[in-house]
Amino acid sequence: MRYFYYSGCSLEGTALEYNLSTQAVMHALGVELIELEDWTCCGASAAETISDLLSMVLPARNLALAARMDKDCDFLIPCSACYLNLRKVDEHLKSDEGLLEKINEVLQEEELSYRGGIRSRHLLDVIASDIGAEMIKAKVNRKLSGLRIAPYYGCQALRPYGGYDDPEQPRCMEPLIEALGAEVHDWTMGAKCCGAGLMTTKKEIAVELTGELLKAAKGADCIATVCPMCQMNLDSYQKQVSQAKGEDLRISVLYLPQLIGMAFGLGEEGLKLGLNMAYTDSLKAKFAEYRMGISPQ
Amino acid sequence: MSEEKRERAEGHTAEDFMASIRENILSCMQCGTCTGSCGSAYAMDFTPRQMWRMIQLGLVDEILHSRTFSICTSCYYCTLRCPRGLPLTETIHALKQLAVAKGMAEKKGARFYRTFLDTVRRYGRVREMELMARYFITMKSAVLPLSFTPLGMRLMIKGKVSPEMPKFFGPGKLDAIFRKVKELEASS
Repeated sequence: MRYFYYSGCSLEGTALEYNLSTQAVMHALGVELIELEDWTCCGASAAETISDLLSMVLPARNLALAARMDKDCDFLIPCSACYLNLRKVDEHLKSDEGLLEKINEVLQEEELSYRGGIRSRHLLDVIASDIGAEMIKAKVNRKLSGLRIAPYYGCQALRPYGGYDDPEQPRCMEPLIEALGAEVHDWTMGAKCCGAGLMTTKKEIAVELTGELLKAAKGADCIATVCPMCQMNLDSYQKQVSQAKGEDLRISVLYLPQLIGMAFGLGEEGLKLGLNMAYTDSLKAKFAEYRMGISPQ
Repeated sequence: MSEEKRERAEGHTAEDFMASIRENILSCMQCGTCTGSCGSAYAMDFTPRQMWRMIQLGLVDEILHSRTFSICTSCYYCTLRCPRGLPLTETIHALKQLAVAKGMAEKKGARFYRTFLDTVRRYGRVREMELMARYFITMKSAVLPLSFTPLGMRLMIKGKVSPEMPKFFGPGKLDAIFRKVKELEASS
């Protein structure tokens, strides 16, 4: 298995631990990640508010870089917004006849071109569909017994395109969590919105949405995420959200590959738990026991 | 820039643009599934369902002065569930474009997006620290940065963001692409 690896901007900064743990887990699974040199921003949620064409050209530039390498493989994208933007290009090419020509007229400025046809896949899709729970289970050597994980999928990993899971009631993380020896926290909030960019521009609304998620996660040891934006909203504002909601809503929030890596017995250089903003002492204690090969009660 | 000039610079007139938005929404039958699916509808002045009706009726100014479209988080629930299969989230993006082009977009959102894209044009990738610093500068607010200071400090301590010297002069990494997009849009 090999993929073009598009990490995206957040994974170079605030979501560094997502980047490093994804690479470490893929390496442990024998999956090859091909770095795209000179990749640039996908446009995030900003380009579509300024210009339709720009919102196609920015992701298409990265697809064109991959096309030039002439390797037949899919994109693997850990960030849900990057995933949506890259996938959007080929989805729109299906119905918009003149679009490819316009995109290429712009890309010509950098002597790049794109013909369409490269599949953009979310990391969760690759782990759940290509790798699968069986292969994950075979690599587990530190079972996460007694750990209760709330699977959080967020929005753009599933909607509008998805295709690998139910976009309203996703389940694909559950067999993966069970393969790690952990338990699934049964909740109905896995596909609800965290407030996304409103945390920057209209904080009170994002605090409300995040608060509902954190409340529903009570009883779990941690939330598992697959998006740097969801992660930041859930892990970085817990104090403010707790104050707004009048209850203690602090909980650990980890990226899915960090949890997989922990069960694989990977070291801190691959997991980078020290970079997480919400990693509670009780979870730290459990993880210390897993590392020593003890199943905490 | 005058509004007329600004519109020309964006490559379309408000009327043309609004016509294409209305086209998207014409077959809305007002069932309200969108509103029932929207996590942030509670904070909107008009619900999504009401806004589609206002588009059908051509109430452009009322929509652009409302906060409804700027509160959309692009969760795509309405798009997924719309029984008519209408591109609702994309229509909201189009309304955001129109508001930005007319200089009417809600201040914070529009400035954040512009600052964001300017860092992308300049460096090719987003520099989170500089993005936030420049966003605060454009907002000319002394209070706003304070609410983000504790998080910024925690991120810096963890080494996840680092202050880098901004490069305001010299060519930007994606100048050619941004210029060409503008040129094509002005001629279409």
